[in-house]
Amino acid sequence: MYSEKVMEHFENPRNVGEIENASGVGTVGNAKCGDIMRIYLDIDDNGMIQDCKFKTFGCGAAVATSSMATELVKGKSIQDAMKVTNKAVMEALDGLPPVKVHCSLLAEEAIHAALWDYAEKHGIKIEGLEKPKSDIHEGEEEKEEY
Amino acid sequence: MNDFIYLDNAATTKTAPEVVEAMLPYFTINYGNPSSIYSLGSTAQKAVMESREYIASTIGAKSNEIYFTGGGSESDNWALIATAEAYASRGRHIITSKIEHHAILHTCEYLEKKGYEITYIDVDENGIIKLDDLKAAIRQDTILISIMFANNEIGTIQPIKEIGQMAKAHDILFHTDAVQAYAHLPIHVDEMNIDMLSASGHKFQGPKGIGFLYIRTGIKIRSFLHGGQQERGRRAGTENVPGIVGIGKAARLAFSHMEEREKKEKELRDYLIKKIEGEIPYCKLNGDKEKRLSNNVNYSFQFIEGESLLIMLDRKGICGSSGSACTSGSLDPSHVLLAIGLPHEMAHGSLRLTVNWENTLEEMDRAVEAIKGIVERLRNMSPLYEDYINKNK
Repeated sequence: MYSEKVMEHFENPRNVGEIENASGVGTVGNAKCGDIMRIYLDIDDNGMIQDCKFKTFGCGAAVATSSMATELVKGKSIQDAMKVTNKAVMEALDGLPPVKVHCSLLAEEAIHAALWDYAEKHGIKIEGLEKPKSDIHEGEEEKEEY
Repeated sequence: MNDFIYLDNAATTKTAPEVVEAMLPYFTINYGNPSSIYSLGSTAQKAVMESREYIASTIGAKSNEIYFTGGGSESDNWALIATAEAYASRGRHIITSKIEHHAILHTCEYLEKKGYEITYIDVDENGIIKLDDLKAAIRQDTILISIMFANNEIGTIQPIKEIGQMAKAHDILFHTDAVQAYAHLPIHVDEMNIDMLSASGHKFQGPKGIGFLYIRTGIKIRSFLHGGQQERGRRAGTENVPGIVGIGKAARLAFSHMEEREKKEKELRDYLIKKIEGEIPYCKLNGDKEKRLSNNVNYSFQFIEGESLLIMLDRKGICGSSGSACTSGSLDPSHVLLAIGLPHEMAHGSLRLTVNWENTLEEMDRAVEAIKGIVERLRNMSPLYEDYINKNK
């Protein structure tokens, strides 16, 4: 059901771990829906993302999207990191099954949450960044009719 | 040695080679239609009859009370829908439990849309029906109680005899989904006051696509499929002769070694439970310790998610299943695990291993070793574990 790329990132996830005294930390998702992602950013004085690590509780797709998202933002400026959308993460993974698309949304949200934390700590405003939602799954639980 | 370890026997079992052998002639040699007049047809008819007679004998029923179906789900659908229709003039209330298989629960939801009222009774923290709640749920217009014999996820065995007595005392029909229990546990429809019972062939080394519904004589439920006189006119369609021969053979095999098999499976199950308990911290056995199917082990591992665990186990050649939402295609984890009161994260982190007596202790060792390594790896990746460790520093 998963692409080879997803499996590869799931089995060998990049950037797993924590960053001590991180510039920004964001945690999104909830245990109710079965996935929680936490992203740590190390951002230098020039606004460049020097390092990025993650911890994820979730399915294979959640781990793979976290891994890919950290790869995509690492070494980028804050503004370029803002351009890493869930679509970009999905494309980089050669796609996700429809029921797993929310995992890529969660990855995008986790990066935004970490950036929001960074912006708050430094009293700056990042263009286009909105306060992260507390629950990414809100409104998704509609039941199928049959 | 197999290159994989199959520990998902509640999902399906390997068809026994003797079963396949018994079925084969009914594809290419005795392929006649049982309804045909010539001898090729009557050979098939005889085989169907023999299978029906044998299966009836295993639950203390008469052969004309056994109706072959396409499997457990069809039997469950039939029992509920047809009873609801036939007894609607008497009442429109049905009682079931919160931990039934979806073949029951989704059929109940369908009936709710048709104007029936369903009461879903609670279970205790081990997954056992609360008899007092069941009694309290009974109303003047209750027409049916449907409670599963044993649960497919956590293996809990229900007090079927007591439920049967209660149903009988109130003149209510009693159906039990015995898909996980038939040919694994002794069942007697009269002693247990069972009016209808669903079973499925592939859960006891028979073929897939064949099951049966036992319907006690005198129950007036109507045809489920229209268009022929097969199954006493209640389920039309040319009989699945090879399947019927197969389920009959599988039942003969299963009942011939039931005690020995259960004993061996219990040994494997208890070994697996002891080993997991001893080697992996922060885990919980789901379901009742005693009133439990001999093949069922179900654990929740804290801080991790089940689908990840299953994929990694698969990479190591181990087949299991999980109540995680990710394995069900929905966002909610197993309704059974939620019903026994597990918090969501523990329900997402569940692993079900169901053994077969052909498994070995050595395979259990290999499985636990693999689970241990994977759980550790996933925990090191988990923000929940990180929080827990930081809190308890």
